[in-house]
Amino acid sequence: MSNSFVELNDVKLRYSEGDDLALETTNMKIDKGEFIAVVGPSGCGKSSLLKLVSGLMPPSEGSVIVDGKEVAGPLKIVGMAFQNPTLLPWRTTLDNVLLPMEIVKPHRHRLRKYRAEYEERARKLLATVGLEGHEDKYPWELSGGMQQRASLCRSLIHEPELLMLDEPFGALDAFTREELWDILQNLWMIKPFTVILVTHDLREAAYLADTIYVMSKRPGKILVERENTLVRPRDQETTFTQPFTDLVHELRSHIRDVRES
Amino acid sequence: MKKKLNLRKATPWLSAIGLFVLWELVVRIFNIPPYVLPTPSESIIVGWQFHEAIWMHAYHTLYTTLAGFAIAVVFGVVLGALVGSSRAIYDAANPLLVGFNSVPKVALVPVLVMWFGIGTVPAIITAFLISFFPIVVNVATGLATLEPELRDVLRSLGATRRDILIKVGFPRAMPYFFASLKVAITLAFVGSVISETVASNVGVGYLMLSASSKFNMPLVFAGLLVIAVMGIAMYEIFNVIERRSTKWANRGNPTN
Repeated sequence: MSNSFVELNDVKLRYSEGDDLALETTNMKIDKGEFIAVVGPSGCGKSSLLKLVSGLMPPSEGSVIVDGKEVAGPLKIVGMAFQNPTLLPWRTTLDNVLLPMEIVKPHRHRLRKYRAEYEERARKLLATVGLEGHEDKYPWELSGGMQQRASLCRSLIHEPELLMLDEPFGALDAFTREELWDILQNLWMIKPFTVILVTHDLREAAYLADTIYVMSKRPGKILVERENTLVRPRDQETTFTQPFTDLVHELRSHIRDVRES
Repeated sequence: MKKKLNLRKATPWLSAIGLFVLWELVVRIFNIPPYVLPTPSESIIVGWQFHEAIWMHAYHTLYTTLAGFAIAVVFGVVLGALVGSSRAIYDAANPLLVGFNSVPKVALVPVLVMWFGIGTVPAIITAFLISFFPIVVNVATGLATLEPELRDVLRSLGATRRDILIKVGFPRAMPYFFASLKVAITLAFVGSVISETVASNVGVGYLMLSASSKFNMPLVFAGLLVIAVMGIAMYEIFNVIERRSTKWANRGNPTN
Protein backbone atom coordinates (compact mmCIF):
# COMPACT_ATOMS: atom_id res chain seq x y z
CA MET A 1 0.00 0.00 0.00
CA SER A 2 1.24 3.43 -0.85
CA ASN A 3 0.61 6.20 1.60
CA SER A 4 -0.95 8.65 -0.83
CA PHE A 5 -4.47 9.88 -0.08
CA VAL A 6 -5.72 10.20 -3.64
CA GLU A 7 -4.50 7.93 -6.42
CA LEU A 8 -5.42 7.83 -10.08
CA ASN A 9 -4.21 4.67 -11.77
CA ASP A 10 -4.25 4.64 -15.59
CA VAL A 11 -7.53 6.52 -15.60
CA LYS A 12 -9.21 7.17 -18.93
CA LEU A 13 -12.51 8.93 -19.44
CA ARG A 14 -15.08 9.01 -22.19
CA TYR A 15 -18.29 10.95 -21.66
CA SER A 16 -20.24 8.24 -23.39
CA GLU A 17 -19.60 4.96 -25.13
CA GLY A 18 -17.88 5.43 -28.51
CA ASP A 19 -16.92 9.04 -27.82
CA ASP A 20 -13.36 10.25 -28.16
CA LEU A 21 -11.33 10.23 -24.99
CA ALA A 22 -11.84 13.28 -22.79
CA LEU A 23 -9.04 12.22 -20.52
CA GLU A 24 -6.05 10.22 -21.74
CA THR A 25 -4.26 7.76 -19.44
CA THR A 26 -3.79 9.74 -16.27
CA ASN A 27 -1.77 8.86 -13.19
CA MET A 28 -1.66 11.00 -10.08
CA LYS A 29 -0.67 10.57 -6.48
CA ILE A 30 -1.71 13.17 -3.94
CA ASP A 31 -0.59 13.00 -0.33
CA LYS A 32 -2.83 13.67 2.60
CA GLY A 33 -2.81 17.38 3.33
CA GLU A 34 -1.17 18.22 0.02
CA PHE A 35 -2.30 21.25 -1.95
CA ILE A 36 -2.19 20.57 -5.67
CA ALA A 37 -3.18 22.69 -8.62
CA VAL A 38 -4.13 21.56 -12.11
CA VAL A 39 -3.58 24.07 -14.89
CA GLY A 40 -4.22 23.75 -18.60
CA PRO A 41 -6.10 25.23 -21.54
CA SER A 42 -9.86 25.40 -21.28
CA GLY A 43 -11.75 22.28 -22.27
CA CYS A 44 -8.86 20.00 -21.37
CA GLY A 45 -10.82 17.96 -18.87
CA LYS A 46 -9.66 19.70 -15.70
CA SER A 47 -13.16 19.78 -14.27
CA SER A 48 -13.73 16.15 -15.26
CA LEU A 49 -10.73 15.29 -13.13
CA LEU A 50 -12.51 16.75 -10.11
CA LYS A 51 -15.65 14.79 -10.88
CA LEU A 52 -13.63 11.59 -11.19
CA VAL A 53 -11.91 12.07 -7.86
CA SER A 54 -15.12 13.01 -6.05
CA GLY A 55 -16.91 10.00 -7.53
CA LEU A 56 -19.53 12.04 -9.37
CA MET A 57 -18.40 10.43 -12.61
CA PRO A 58 -16.94 6.92 -12.95
CA PRO A 59 -13.73 6.46 -14.98
CA SER A 60 -14.13 4.60 -18.27
CA GLU A 61 -10.94 2.68 -17.54
CA GLY A 62 -8.53 2.50 -14.63
CA SER A 63 -9.26 3.18 -11.00
CA VAL A 64 -9.53 6.09 -8.61
CA ILE A 65 -8.55 5.39 -5.02
CA VAL A 66 -9.25 7.77 -2.18
CA ASP A 67 -8.20 7.03 1.39
CA GLY A 68 -7.30 3.45 0.49
CA LYS A 69 -10.68 2.61 -1.05
CA GLU A 70 -11.67 2.47 -4.68
CA VAL A 71 -14.19 5.19 -5.49
CA ALA A 72 -17.50 3.67 -6.57
CA GLY A 73 -19.97 6.50 -5.99
CA PRO A 74 -20.02 10.07 -4.74
CA LEU A 75 -17.66 10.45 -1.80
CA LYS A 76 -19.19 11.88 1.32
CA ILE A 77 -16.20 13.76 2.67
CA VAL A 78 -15.75 16.34 -0.02
CA GLY A 79 -16.11 20.10 0.05
CA MET A 80 -16.62 21.84 -3.28
CA ALA A 81 -16.60 25.38 -4.55
CA PHE A 82 -17.03 26.62 -8.10
CA GLN A 83 -16.59 29.83 -10.03
CA ASN A 84 -20.31 30.38 -9.57
CA PRO A 85 -20.98 30.68 -5.81
CA THR A 86 -24.30 28.74 -6.09
CA LEU A 87 -25.62 30.04 -2.78
CA LEU A 88 -29.30 29.42 -2.09
CA PRO A 89 -31.09 32.76 -2.46
CA TRP A 90 -33.78 31.96 0.13
CA ARG A 91 -31.25 31.34 2.89
CA THR A 92 -29.19 33.84 4.84
CA THR A 93 -25.42 33.65 4.59
CA LEU A 94 -25.28 31.79 7.90
CA ASP A 95 -27.89 29.24 6.83
CA ASN A 96 -26.12 28.78 3.50
CA VAL A 97 -22.89 27.99 5.28
CA LEU A 98 -24.72 25.54 7.55
CA LEU A 99 -26.24 23.63 4.62
CA PRO A 100 -23.58 20.86 4.61
CA MET A 101 -24.31 20.28 8.30
CA GLU A 102 -27.89 19.39 7.39
CA ILE A 103 -26.61 16.71 5.03
CA VAL A 104 -23.30 15.29 6.21
CA LYS A 105 -23.38 12.52 8.80
CA PRO A 106 -23.12 12.60 11.76
CA HIS A 107 -23.80 16.33 11.86
CA ARG A 108 -27.27 16.10 10.31
CA HIS A 109 -28.52 14.16 13.34
CA ARG A 110 -26.88 16.47 15.83
CA LEU A 111 -27.72 19.79 14.24
CA ARG A 112 -31.07 20.32 15.92
CA LYS A 113 -29.74 19.65 19.39
CA TYR A 114 -26.44 21.48 19.09
CA ARG A 115 -27.63 24.25 16.79
CA ALA A 116 -25.98 26.98 18.85
CA GLU A 117 -22.57 25.31 18.69
CA TYR A 118 -22.81 24.82 14.95
CA GLU A 119 -23.87 28.40 14.42
CA GLU A 120 -20.93 29.54 16.52
CA ARG A 121 -18.62 27.48 14.34
CA ALA A 122 -20.11 28.97 11.16
CA ARG A 123 -19.84 32.50 12.54
CA LYS A 124 -16.18 31.94 13.40
CA LEU A 125 -15.45 30.63 9.93
CA LEU A 126 -17.30 33.55 8.34
CA ALA A 127 -15.26 35.93 10.49
CA THR A 128 -11.99 34.42 9.24
CA VAL A 129 -12.96 35.21 5.66
CA GLY A 130 -14.01 38.73 6.60
CA LEU A 131 -17.77 38.28 6.58
CA GLU A 132 -18.39 39.25 10.19
CA GLY A 133 -21.63 41.19 10.44
CA HIS A 134 -23.02 39.79 7.19
CA GLU A 135 -24.29 36.51 8.63
CA ASP A 136 -27.96 37.42 8.40
CA LYS A 137 -27.86 38.97 4.96
CA TYR A 138 -29.20 37.21 1.91
CA PRO A 139 -26.85 36.32 -0.96
CA TRP A 140 -28.15 39.06 -3.24
CA GLU A 141 -27.23 41.62 -0.61
CA LEU A 142 -23.59 40.54 -0.90
CA SER A 143 -21.06 41.47 -3.56
CA GLY A 144 -19.65 38.78 -5.86
CA GLY A 145 -16.48 38.53 -3.77
CA MET A 146 -18.47 38.22 -0.54
CA GLN A 147 -20.65 35.51 -2.07
CA GLN A 148 -17.53 33.60 -3.08
CA ARG A 149 -16.19 33.91 0.47
CA ALA A 150 -19.45 32.48 1.79
CA SER A 151 -19.25 29.69 -0.78
CA LEU A 152 -15.74 28.88 0.42
CA CYS A 153 -17.04 28.73 4.00
CA ARG A 154 -19.81 26.39 2.90
CA SER A 155 -17.23 24.08 1.36
CA LEU A 156 -15.16 24.03 4.57
CA ILE A 157 -17.69 24.09 7.41
CA HIS A 158 -17.82 20.30 7.79
CA GLU A 159 -14.00 20.14 7.81
CA PRO A 160 -13.76 17.97 4.70
CA GLU A 161 -10.71 15.84 4.19
CA LEU A 162 -10.77 16.70 0.53
CA LEU A 163 -11.50 20.14 -0.93
CA MET A 164 -12.24 20.53 -4.64
CA LEU A 165 -11.97 24.00 -6.08
CA ASP A 166 -12.99 24.60 -9.69
CA GLU A 167 -11.74 28.06 -10.63
CA PRO A 168 -13.29 29.47 -7.48
CA PHE A 169 -11.74 32.90 -7.85
CA GLY A 170 -12.09 33.18 -11.62
CA ALA A 171 -14.84 35.77 -11.64
CA LEU A 172 -13.36 38.08 -9.02
CA ASP A 173 -11.35 41.25 -9.35
CA ALA A 174 -7.58 40.92 -8.86
CA PHE A 175 -7.48 42.43 -5.36
CA THR A 176 -10.27 40.29 -3.98
CA ARG A 177 -8.77 37.25 -5.64
CA GLU A 178 -5.37 37.73 -4.02
CA GLU A 179 -6.96 38.44 -0.66
CA LEU A 180 -8.83 35.14 -0.91
CA TRP A 181 -5.62 33.33 -1.81
CA ASP A 182 -4.26 34.45 1.56
CA ILE A 183 -7.41 33.46 3.38
CA LEU A 184 -7.40 30.00 1.81
CA GLN A 185 -3.69 29.55 2.52
CA ASN A 186 -4.22 30.52 6.16
CA LEU A 187 -7.11 28.15 6.66
CA TRP A 188 -5.13 25.38 5.05
CA MET A 189 -2.00 26.06 7.13
CA ILE A 190 -3.92 26.06 10.41
CA LYS A 191 -5.37 22.63 9.73
CA PRO A 192 -4.15 21.06 6.49
CA PHE A 193 -6.66 19.26 4.29
CA THR A 194 -6.09 17.85 0.84
CA VAL A 195 -6.89 20.37 -1.89
CA ILE A 196 -7.31 19.94 -5.62
CA LEU A 197 -7.49 23.35 -7.25
CA VAL A 198 -8.38 23.63 -10.92
CA THR A 199 -7.42 26.98 -12.40
CA HIS A 200 -6.14 28.69 -15.50
CA ASP A 201 -4.45 31.39 -13.45
CA LEU A 202 -0.79 30.38 -13.31
CA ARG A 203 0.04 32.89 -10.58
CA GLU A 204 -2.75 31.42 -8.48
CA ALA A 205 -1.31 27.93 -8.91
CA ALA A 206 2.20 29.14 -8.07
CA TYR A 207 0.94 31.04 -5.02
CA LEU A 208 -1.11 28.26 -3.50
CA ALA A 209 0.00 24.80 -4.57
CA ASP A 210 2.67 22.37 -3.38
CA THR A 211 2.53 20.53 -6.67
CA ILE A 212 1.37 21.87 -10.02
CA TYR A 213 0.15 19.63 -12.82
CA VAL A 214 0.07 20.96 -16.37
CA MET A 215 -2.48 19.32 -18.62
CA SER A 216 -2.51 19.06 -22.41
CA LYS A 217 -5.44 20.10 -24.53
CA ARG A 218 -8.14 17.56 -25.26
CA PRO A 219 -7.82 14.63 -24.81
CA GLY A 220 -6.45 15.82 -21.48
CA LYS A 221 -3.21 14.32 -20.26
CA ILE A 222 -0.82 15.34 -17.53
CA LEU A 223 2.35 16.59 -19.23
CA VAL A 224 4.30 18.09 -16.37
CA GLU A 225 4.31 17.58 -12.65
CA ARG A 226 6.14 20.45 -10.99
CA GLU A 227 7.04 20.67 -7.31
CA ASN A 228 6.62 24.13 -5.84
CA THR A 229 8.99 24.59 -2.94
CA LEU A 230 8.45 28.29 -2.30
CA VAL A 231 8.45 28.95 1.45
CA ARG A 232 5.10 29.30 3.20
CA PRO A 233 3.32 31.38 4.16
CA ARG A 234 3.58 33.02 0.78
CA ASP A 235 2.47 36.63 0.62
CA GLN A 236 2.32 39.60 -1.72
CA GLU A 237 6.10 40.02 -1.54
CA THR A 238 6.60 36.43 -2.68
CA THR A 239 4.91 37.22 -5.96
CA PHE A 240 7.61 39.76 -6.80
CA THR A 241 10.56 37.44 -6.05
CA GLN A 242 12.65 35.82 -8.75
CA PRO A 243 11.78 32.18 -7.92
CA PHE A 244 8.05 32.98 -8.15
CA THR A 245 8.26 34.74 -11.50
CA ASP A 246 10.57 32.01 -12.80
CA LEU A 247 7.99 29.40 -11.83
CA VAL A 248 5.20 31.32 -13.53
CA HIS A 249 7.34 31.72 -16.64
CA GLU A 250 8.13 28.05 -16.70
CA LEU A 251 4.44 27.14 -16.40
CA ARG A 252 3.60 29.67 -19.08
CA SER A 253 6.07 28.10 -21.50
CA HIS A 254 4.56 24.65 -20.88
CA ILE A 255 1.12 26.01 -21.64
CA ARG A 256 2.44 27.70 -24.79
CA ASP A 257 3.88 24.36 -25.95
CA VAL A 258 0.54 22.72 -25.28
CA ARG A 259 -1.34 25.29 -27.30
CA GLU A 260 1.02 25.12 -30.23
CA SER A 261 1.28 21.33 -30.37
CA MET B 1 -42.61 60.02 -4.77
CA LYS B 2 -45.81 59.45 -2.81
CA LYS B 3 -47.87 61.04 -5.53
CA LYS B 4 -46.30 58.73 -8.12
CA LEU B 5 -47.12 55.71 -5.98
CA ASN B 6 -50.76 56.78 -5.63
CA LEU B 7 -51.02 57.24 -9.36
CA ARG B 8 -49.61 53.77 -9.92
CA LYS B 9 -52.13 52.28 -7.54
CA ALA B 10 -54.95 54.12 -9.28
CA THR B 11 -53.92 53.12 -12.79
CA PRO B 12 -55.70 49.73 -12.94
CA TRP B 13 -58.93 51.31 -11.66
CA LEU B 14 -58.69 54.15 -14.14
CA SER B 15 -58.14 51.78 -17.05
CA ALA B 16 -61.11 49.64 -15.97
CA ILE B 17 -63.39 52.66 -15.65
CA GLY B 18 -62.08 53.95 -18.97
CA LEU B 19 -63.03 50.68 -20.68
CA PHE B 20 -66.57 50.86 -19.30
CA VAL B 21 -66.95 54.48 -20.36
CA LEU B 22 -65.74 53.65 -23.86
CA TRP B 23 -68.08 50.67 -24.06
CA GLU B 24 -71.06 52.81 -22.88
CA LEU B 25 -70.23 55.54 -25.43
CA VAL B 26 -69.78 53.13 -28.36
CA VAL B 27 -73.14 51.45 -27.69
CA ARG B 28 -74.94 54.81 -27.35
CA ILE B 29 -73.26 56.57 -30.29
CA PHE B 30 -73.79 53.70 -32.72
CA ASN B 31 -77.18 52.95 -31.28
CA ILE B 32 -76.45 49.25 -30.87
CA PRO B 33 -79.61 47.37 -29.78
CA PRO B 34 -79.38 45.79 -26.29
CA TYR B 35 -79.99 42.24 -27.61
CA VAL B 36 -76.68 42.54 -29.49
CA LEU B 37 -74.57 44.44 -26.98
CA PRO B 38 -76.08 45.99 -23.87
CA THR B 39 -74.46 48.97 -22.19
CA PRO B 40 -72.45 48.28 -19.05
CA SER B 41 -74.77 50.48 -17.01
CA GLU B 42 -77.77 48.45 -18.12
CA SER B 43 -75.91 45.21 -17.36
CA ILE B 44 -75.08 46.42 -13.89
CA ILE B 45 -78.64 47.55 -13.23
CA VAL B 46 -80.06 44.23 -14.40
CA GLY B 47 -77.38 42.48 -12.38
CA TRP B 48 -78.56 44.31 -9.30
CA GLN B 49 -82.21 43.40 -10.00
CA PHE B 50 -81.26 39.75 -10.13
CA HIS B 51 -78.61 40.00 -7.46
CA GLU B 52 -80.06 37.25 -5.27
CA ALA B 53 -80.09 34.74 -8.11
CA ILE B 54 -76.70 35.87 -9.32
CA TRP B 55 -75.27 35.58 -5.82
CA MET B 56 -76.54 32.02 -5.49
CA HIS B 57 -75.18 31.00 -8.88
CA ALA B 58 -71.88 32.83 -8.41
CA TYR B 59 -71.38 31.24 -5.02
CA HIS B 60 -71.91 27.85 -6.60
CA THR B 61 -69.48 28.57 -9.43
CA LEU B 62 -66.88 29.80 -6.97
CA TYR B 63 -67.27 26.68 -4.87
CA THR B 64 -67.02 24.41 -7.93
CA THR B 65 -63.99 26.27 -9.22
CA LEU B 66 -62.14 26.18 -5.93
CA ALA B 67 -62.88 22.47 -5.46
CA GLY B 68 -61.50 21.67 -8.92
CA PHE B 69 -58.58 23.98 -8.35
CA ALA B 70 -57.73 22.37 -5.01
CA ILE B 71 -57.62 18.92 -6.61
CA ALA B 72 -55.49 20.37 -9.42
CA VAL B 73 -52.99 21.79 -6.91
CA VAL B 74 -52.54 18.49 -5.09
CA PHE B 75 -52.39 16.46 -8.27
CA GLY B 76 -50.22 19.00 -10.07
CA VAL B 77 -47.64 19.20 -7.29
CA VAL B 78 -47.35 15.43 -6.98
CA LEU B 79 -47.11 14.83 -10.72
CA GLY B 80 -44.83 17.85 -11.20
CA ALA B 81 -42.51 16.56 -8.47
CA LEU B 82 -42.35 13.15 -10.15
CA VAL B 83 -41.84 14.53 -13.64
CA GLY B 84 -39.31 17.13 -12.49
CA SER B 85 -37.14 14.82 -10.43
CA SER B 86 -36.85 11.86 -12.76
CA ARG B 87 -35.71 11.90 -16.34
CA ALA B 88 -37.43 8.57 -17.04
CA ILE B 89 -40.81 9.74 -15.74
CA TYR B 90 -40.41 12.96 -17.68
CA ASP B 91 -39.81 11.06 -20.92
CA ALA B 92 -42.76 8.78 -20.26
CA ALA B 93 -45.25 11.41 -19.11
CA ASN B 94 -44.39 14.35 -21.34
CA PRO B 95 -46.09 13.24 -24.60
CA LEU B 96 -49.17 12.11 -22.68
CA LEU B 97 -49.42 15.41 -20.85
CA VAL B 98 -48.98 17.52 -23.96
CA GLY B 99 -51.49 15.41 -25.85
CA PHE B 100 -54.00 15.57 -23.04
CA ASN B 101 -53.60 19.31 -22.70
CA SER B 102 -54.30 19.71 -26.42
CA VAL B 103 -57.73 18.09 -26.11
CA PRO B 104 -60.38 20.81 -25.74
CA LYS B 105 -61.88 20.22 -22.32
CA VAL B 106 -65.36 21.20 -23.52
CA ALA B 107 -65.26 17.99 -25.57
CA LEU B 108 -64.83 15.99 -22.38
CA VAL B 109 -67.91 17.40 -20.66
CA PRO B 110 -70.36 15.04 -22.45
CA VAL B 111 -68.18 12.11 -21.41
CA LEU B 112 -68.16 13.30 -17.81
CA VAL B 113 -71.93 13.75 -17.92
CA MET B 114 -72.31 10.15 -19.07
CA TRP B 115 -70.24 9.04 -16.08
CA PHE B 116 -71.37 11.39 -13.34
CA GLY B 117 -74.66 12.92 -14.52
CA ILE B 118 -75.16 16.65 -14.92
CA GLY B 119 -74.38 19.20 -12.21
CA THR B 120 -71.56 19.87 -9.83
CA VAL B 121 -69.32 16.83 -10.29
CA PRO B 122 -68.53 17.24 -14.00
CA ALA B 123 -67.96 20.98 -13.38
CA ILE B 124 -65.45 20.28 -10.63
CA ILE B 125 -63.69 17.70 -12.77
CA THR B 126 -63.56 20.02 -15.79
CA ALA B 127 -62.11 22.79 -13.63
CA PHE B 128 -59.51 20.33 -12.37
CA LEU B 129 -58.63 18.95 -15.81
CA ILE B 130 -58.14 22.35 -17.36
CA SER B 131 -56.08 23.83 -14.54
CA PHE B 132 -53.63 21.15 -13.43
CA PHE B 133 -51.40 21.32 -16.51
CA PRO B 134 -49.65 24.64 -15.82
CA ILE B 135 -49.00 23.54 -12.24
CA VAL B 136 -47.36 20.30 -13.38
CA VAL B 137 -45.23 22.08 -15.97
CA ASN B 138 -44.07 24.82 -13.61
CA VAL B 139 -43.30 22.59 -10.64
CA ALA B 140 -41.41 20.21 -12.94
CA THR B 141 -39.47 23.09 -14.52
CA GLY B 142 -38.57 24.50 -11.12
CA LEU B 143 -37.19 21.15 -10.02
CA ALA B 144 -35.46 20.23 -13.27
CA THR B 145 -33.54 23.48 -13.71
CA LEU B 146 -31.39 22.98 -10.62
CA GLU B 147 -27.83 24.15 -11.30
CA PRO B 148 -25.58 21.14 -11.97
CA GLU B 149 -22.83 22.62 -9.79
CA LEU B 150 -25.18 22.84 -6.84
CA ARG B 151 -26.24 19.24 -7.40
CA ASP B 152 -22.55 18.24 -7.40
CA VAL B 153 -21.90 20.13 -4.18
CA LEU B 154 -24.78 18.34 -2.48
CA ARG B 155 -24.05 14.89 -3.87
CA SER B 156 -20.42 15.08 -2.82
CA LEU B 157 -21.64 15.74 0.71
CA GLY B 158 -23.54 12.47 0.60
CA ALA B 159 -26.97 13.97 -0.07
CA THR B 160 -29.69 11.56 -1.16
CA ARG B 161 -32.16 12.43 -3.90
CA ARG B 162 -34.67 13.17 -1.18
CA ASP B 163 -32.26 15.54 0.58
CA ILE B 164 -31.69 17.44 -2.65
CA LEU B 165 -35.41 17.65 -3.31
CA ILE B 166 -36.26 18.93 0.16
CA LYS B 167 -33.31 21.25 0.76
CA VAL B 168 -33.06 22.77 -2.69
CA GLY B 169 -35.59 21.44 -5.19
CA PHE B 170 -38.83 22.45 -3.51
CA PRO B 171 -37.77 25.85 -2.17
CA ARG B 172 -36.34 26.62 -5.59
CA ALA B 173 -39.57 25.56 -7.32
CA MET B 174 -41.77 27.75 -5.10
CA PRO B 175 -41.78 30.87 -7.33
CA TYR B 176 -42.61 28.68 -10.34
CA PHE B 177 -45.38 27.02 -8.35
CA PHE B 178 -47.00 30.25 -7.24
CA ALA B 179 -46.74 31.73 -10.71
CA SER B 180 -48.63 28.70 -12.01
CA LEU B 181 -51.37 29.09 -9.39
CA LYS B 182 -52.31 32.47 -10.82
CA VAL B 183 -52.72 30.94 -14.26
CA ALA B 184 -54.43 27.82 -12.93
CA ILE B 185 -57.11 29.63 -10.91
CA THR B 186 -58.26 31.64 -13.92
CA LEU B 187 -58.29 28.50 -16.04
CA ALA B 188 -60.31 26.70 -13.36
CA PHE B 189 -63.03 29.36 -13.78
CA VAL B 190 -63.03 28.69 -17.51
CA GLY B 191 -63.46 24.97 -16.85
CA SER B 192 -66.29 25.21 -14.35
CA VAL B 193 -68.23 27.78 -16.40
CA ILE B 194 -67.88 25.70 -19.58
CA SER B 195 -69.23 22.66 -17.81
CA GLU B 196 -72.07 24.64 -16.19
CA THR B 197 -73.02 26.03 -19.56
CA VAL B 198 -73.15 22.60 -21.18
CA ALA B 199 -74.51 20.48 -18.40
CA SER B 200 -75.85 21.98 -15.21
CA ASN B 201 -78.88 23.54 -13.54
CA VAL B 202 -76.89 25.85 -11.39
CA GLY B 203 -73.89 28.18 -11.62
CA VAL B 204 -73.10 31.34 -13.52
CA GLY B 205 -72.61 29.36 -16.73
CA TYR B 206 -76.13 27.98 -16.49
CA LEU B 207 -77.51 31.41 -15.55
CA MET B 208 -75.98 32.95 -18.69
CA LEU B 209 -77.22 30.16 -20.91
CA SER B 210 -80.77 30.45 -19.64
CA ALA B 211 -80.64 34.26 -19.86
CA SER B 212 -79.49 34.18 -23.46
CA SER B 213 -82.24 31.73 -24.37
CA LYS B 214 -84.64 34.45 -23.12
CA PHE B 215 -82.77 37.13 -25.09
CA ASN B 216 -81.87 38.80 -21.80
CA MET B 217 -78.47 40.01 -22.97
CA PRO B 218 -77.92 42.47 -20.09
CA LEU B 219 -78.18 39.54 -17.68
CA VAL B 220 -75.70 37.51 -19.78
CA PHE B 221 -73.24 40.37 -19.56
CA ALA B 222 -73.91 40.76 -15.84
CA GLY B 223 -72.90 37.10 -15.52
CA LEU B 224 -69.75 37.71 -17.54
CA LEU B 225 -68.85 40.66 -15.32
CA VAL B 226 -69.36 38.57 -12.19
CA ILE B 227 -67.02 35.87 -13.53
CA ALA B 228 -64.43 38.48 -14.44
CA VAL B 229 -64.61 40.03 -10.97
CA MET B 230 -64.24 36.65 -9.26
CA GLY B 231 -61.30 35.80 -11.53
CA ILE B 232 -59.53 39.06 -10.75
CA ALA B 233 -60.14 38.64 -7.02
CA MET B 234 -58.73 35.10 -6.98
CA TYR B 235 -55.77 36.09 -9.14
CA GLU B 236 -54.99 38.94 -6.77
CA ILE B 237 -55.23 36.70 -3.71
CA PHE B 238 -52.67 34.30 -5.17
CA ASN B 239 -50.54 37.20 -6.27
CA VAL B 240 -50.34 38.43 -2.68
CA ILE B 241 -49.60 34.93 -1.36
CA GLU B 242 -46.85 34.57 -3.95
CA ARG B 243 -45.20 37.83 -3.03
CA ARG B 244 -45.34 37.10 0.69
CA SER B 245 -43.94 33.57 0.47
CA THR B 246 -41.21 34.01 -2.13
CA LYS B 247 -39.85 37.45 -1.34
CA TRP B 248 -36.34 36.29 -2.22
CA ALA B 249 -37.28 35.68 -5.83
CA ASN B 250 -38.62 39.23 -6.32
CA ARG B 251 -35.74 41.09 -4.77
CA GLY B 252 -35.39 44.67 -5.77
CA ASN B 253 -38.31 44.41 -8.17
CA PRO B 254 -40.04 47.79 -8.25
CA THR B 255 -43.49 46.26 -8.81
CA ASN B 256 -43.49 45.10 -5.21
